[in-house]
Amino acid sequence: MLKEAIDNVLGTAAAYTERQFPQSVVSCTVPRERFVDAAKAMKRAYALLAAEWATDETPFGGGFAVYACYRWGSEYLIVRTEVPVDDPTFPSLTKKYVPAYRFERQIHSLMGLVPAGHPDLRPWIKFEDWPEDSWPLRKTFNASTPLPRVNGEYQWVRAEGEGVYEIPVGPVHAGIIEPGHFRFQAVGEMIVNLEERLGYVHKGIEKRFESFSWQEGVKLAGRVSGDTTVAHSIAYSMAVEAIAQCNIPERAHWLRTLFLERERIANHLGDIGAICNDAAFAFMLYQAMRLKEMLLRTNLELFGHRFIMDRVMPGGVTADIDENGKKEILKELDLLSKDFERLVNIYDENSSLEDRVRDTGILIPERARELCTVGIVARASGLNLDCRLQNPFPPYDRFEVNVPVLISGDVHARAWVRVEEIRESIRIIRFILENIPDGSLSVNIAQPSPDTSGFAAVEGWRGEIIYWVQAGPRGEINRCMVRDPSSVNWLGLEQAIPGNIVPDFPLCNKSFNQSYSGHDL
Amino acid sequence: MIRILRQIFRTGIVTEPLPPAEEEIRVIGGKLEEAIKRRFRGSLTIREVDAGSCNGCELEIHAINNPIYNCERFGIHFTASPRFADMLLVTGPVSRNMEIALRRTYNATPPPKLVVAVGDCGCNGGIFGESYASLGGIDKVIPVDVYIPGCPTTPAALLKGILKAVDGNL
Repeated sequence: MLKEAIDNVLGTAAAYTERQFPQSVVSCTVPRERFVDAAKAMKRAYALLAAEWATDETPFGGGFAVYACYRWGSEYLIVRTEVPVDDPTFPSLTKKYVPAYRFERQIHSLMGLVPAGHPDLRPWIKFEDWPEDSWPLRKTFNASTPLPRVNGEYQWVRAEGEGVYEIPVGPVHAGIIEPGHFRFQAVGEMIVNLEERLGYVHKGIEKRFESFSWQEGVKLAGRVSGDTTVAHSIAYSMAVEAIAQCNIPERAHWLRTLFLERERIANHLGDIGAICNDAAFAFMLYQAMRLKEMLLRTNLELFGHRFIMDRVMPGGVTADIDENGKKEILKELDLLSKDFERLVNIYDENSSLEDRVRDTGILIPERARELCTVGIVARASGLNLDCRLQNPFPPYDRFEVNVPVLISGDVHARAWVRVEEIRESIRIIRFILENIPDGSLSVNIAQPSPDTSGFAAVEGWRGEIIYWVQAGPRGEINRCMVRDPSSVNWLGLEQAIPGNIVPDFPLCNKSFNQSYSGHDL
Repeated sequence: MIRILRQIFRTGIVTEPLPPAEEEIRVIGGKLEEAIKRRFRGSLTIREVDAGSCNGCELEIHAINNPIYNCERFGIHFTASPRFADMLLVTGPVSRNMEIALRRTYNATPPPKLVVAVGDCGCNGGIFGESYASLGGIDKVIPVDVYIPGCPTTPAALLKGILKAVDGNL
């Protein structure tokens, strides 16, 4: 579908490559002046923009390249365009696709390529006190030298008028959470505008990948966002397996899925508790944390780590499950689902809670689609997107995953999607434990061939995680692009807030619960 | 309402009777409570600062507040403002973009103050090491009293580390 749409508009101007794996993900190069035409064609085909990123391809003797990845249903299509070193500009896609707004600010800040026609070229992630010509993702940049601080000031969006005042919040927040800055413009209690400023936890992860071997990289991927360690390790590993053209044992897939669904339940439980807590219903937080702790302890006992960190690697997994382990999980799930259903009833019948969570922080479906949101946020706003359904790896292709989709887009919808997903994950884990095939846990991975690339998309508990890896001239990591769901969903929060009252912000924010670390990288 | 009450009574007090493997927590907890009573009049107030972590350590700091570890019973309380804090519990590595905020938080905490570096990254930068974006461990920016390694550090190790900071001669 998407390929036809490109061909209809660009014809022979689109050159397809055979060096992108898996080959179901189509990748083509278009001339720089046709980059926007390709985006228009994608827009007409109802595709969403999944990611946009840049690479430094000077080690191959070329210049830079900008990539845009589109998704429609189960199809992914990557459009690439080359950008010469002596004229580092490319046409901006922001007017066609809103999420390109942040992606391109990031490309501009970290790779030093100018998106021509972009409405807002303030730096992003790069702070105003970085030297302007420091572009960490360029190969000429020496990542081990500390950056000097320079003077500079960030230009905030201003709201003016009688009675408008500003509330700056962060980077150090009141609770035990990650750092970020929010600036509210409010009239009385009502928020008229929210501007996010992120980048505080930028650790140079994408650059750091380039100094790692393919096998070492998975440890770093597991620490992109600690609460999503399993999903990130799987996504990275699958991208590496794709580029190395290697198939892993069936059992390894099933075990990965087991870990992934356990991670989903644990995080959703924590979120449901925390959302209720932010509506002053502390009872639910303590009940949910109790159940979450039960899961983490089982993880430690069976797989050797409370968050199952470092148990997935390119080629397979390093933890197994035996008959006793299965029994233990089944026992735990019985306890969990009984208690969980009681809590759901309490949530459902509590009118004071309902009063807070309904009609609060609404992200309308049209906007959710426009922003190309993913995961829980998308599903609470009417978008039926779930990689487990649309891009299944075994065992997701063995059964139908029931994906909850709500249309109200409020705090309640985002909480309720989590409730339904916990139920579904419990069902999936039971299925896995009953049907998991025997076999080995891992295979050896070959070194990828030079100048190839690999792609993987995995549904983590927040939503779709994308990894795109590129092998350099010696088969090493030339680039590892990470797209956490937070990279797009943070935009959704910004749009859901205006019109709400200031005291509801923590509640709305919790219902999104996006990762700062996964966004800042 | 009746359901809520029933669930509360049905749950009872889940705060550890600990499984044998974590018997040590009860021992640590007892010592911790005693040390906090002696040195802090029964109340230790902590400000948590994420100076650049992956949020893994935050999950475990949340966990020591859950009803099973229930650190409040030992007199430990997490505060929103560094102005009230006796101790900064800092996760790392310190990102370049958080360096100034971390220094400001440290300066806003009234002396005498304790600083505890949490996690492998808080201790020495961990997997993120030192680079243009990461300055490495917490002690590269502010003085640290106690280091708690681990990736992420476990709830038991956290409580032990806090005890070590409170009661220097462990």
